[in-house]
Amino acid sequence: MRPTAFLPVLIFLVLAGFFGYRLVMIGNGDSPSAIPSVMIDKPAPQFDLPPLYDGKAGLATAGLQGQVTLVNFFASWCIPCRAEHPLLSGLTGKGFVLVGVNYKDKPEDAKAWLDRLGNPYDVLVADRQGQTGIDFGVYGVPESYLIDKQGRIRFKQTGPFTPETIEKDLLPWVAELNK
Amino acid sequence: MSKAALYLAGFLALSTLPALAVQPDELLPDPQMEARARTIGKELRCPVCQNQSIDDSDADLARDLRLLVRKRLVAGDSDAQAKQYIVDRYGDYVLLDPPFKTVTLVLWLGPAALFLAALAAGWSFIRRRKEGAAAQPAPAALSEDEKRRVAALFAGDDQGDKA
Repeated sequence: MRPTAFLPVLIFLVLAGFFGYRLVMIGNGDSPSAIPSVMIDKPAPQFDLPPLYDGKAGLATAGLQGQVTLVNFFASWCIPCRAEHPLLSGLTGKGFVLVGVNYKDKPEDAKAWLDRLGNPYDVLVADRQGQTGIDFGVYGVPESYLIDKQGRIRFKQTGPFTPETIEKDLLPWVAELNK
Repeated sequence: MSKAALYLAGFLALSTLPALAVQPDELLPDPQMEARARTIGKELRCPVCQNQSIDDSDADLARDLRLLVRKRLVAGDSDAQAKQYIVDRYGDYVLLDPPFKTVTLVLWLGPAALFLAALAAGWSFIRRRKEGAAAQPAPAALSEDEKRRVAALFAGDDQGDKA
């Protein structure tokens, strides 16, 4: 038999291998609709956001210096955020400051949501127009950005955290940045 | 058909124009600048719907991006600068016409390479078949018996088969 007779089989195996690989990756949480972030390893964008609760501290870009920070964009109207919320509550004292950015939300809705579910955030600010969200490259809440002590974005979680992504991605990154 | 039904049919026929998602309250007062914003909006992909431009998409974020493009234009940005402003935040992914560079080589050249490969495969297949046909030995001459049967068939004599 000529060696080229096996070409169709070879092409099939390559395609099947590729499809199989993608299926496994999607099974591991790699969504094909996730857009790779261009903000990784760049300094966090300029922002100066007011607090959600009057009288509390707001947050500006300069406030990210000196500690590891997880910036979590969330909204009371966002259903995956509701699913993510209990996981965030379990993240206190894990070596980073948890900043909540209430994204395009009515303050009274956000406050009612937090009253009901609890407030896991160390700092809580509001981005009512969504401009800061766009500057970070947010295209769907929840999204979370892990920022190092120099104020650079190092890791992005698109969509809600799961127990697996916290163990596998977030906590190793936090450990690395706290070295 | 009643007159009302005719009017309804006419109305429906006219109402199938493509519906842009751009809302009246987003329009810029300067029609020229608005036209520029429309051109940019058609070239930017909505990161939420991913298969629509921000001009076509009803997503909230698409509206925010449309307004942002207009804000940049009003602030004096050129078309390229306004587009780059969005690309800086969302990456080349938001360009419906992606730029030609190393990471997009497969995207741009892949289809052409596949076409050329298919062309080469087809050409070599046809050539091999022709060569194969030419290389076949000439068919052997008919035997006496076969000649007789052929002659009988031409003569319209069915007996040729039975002989």
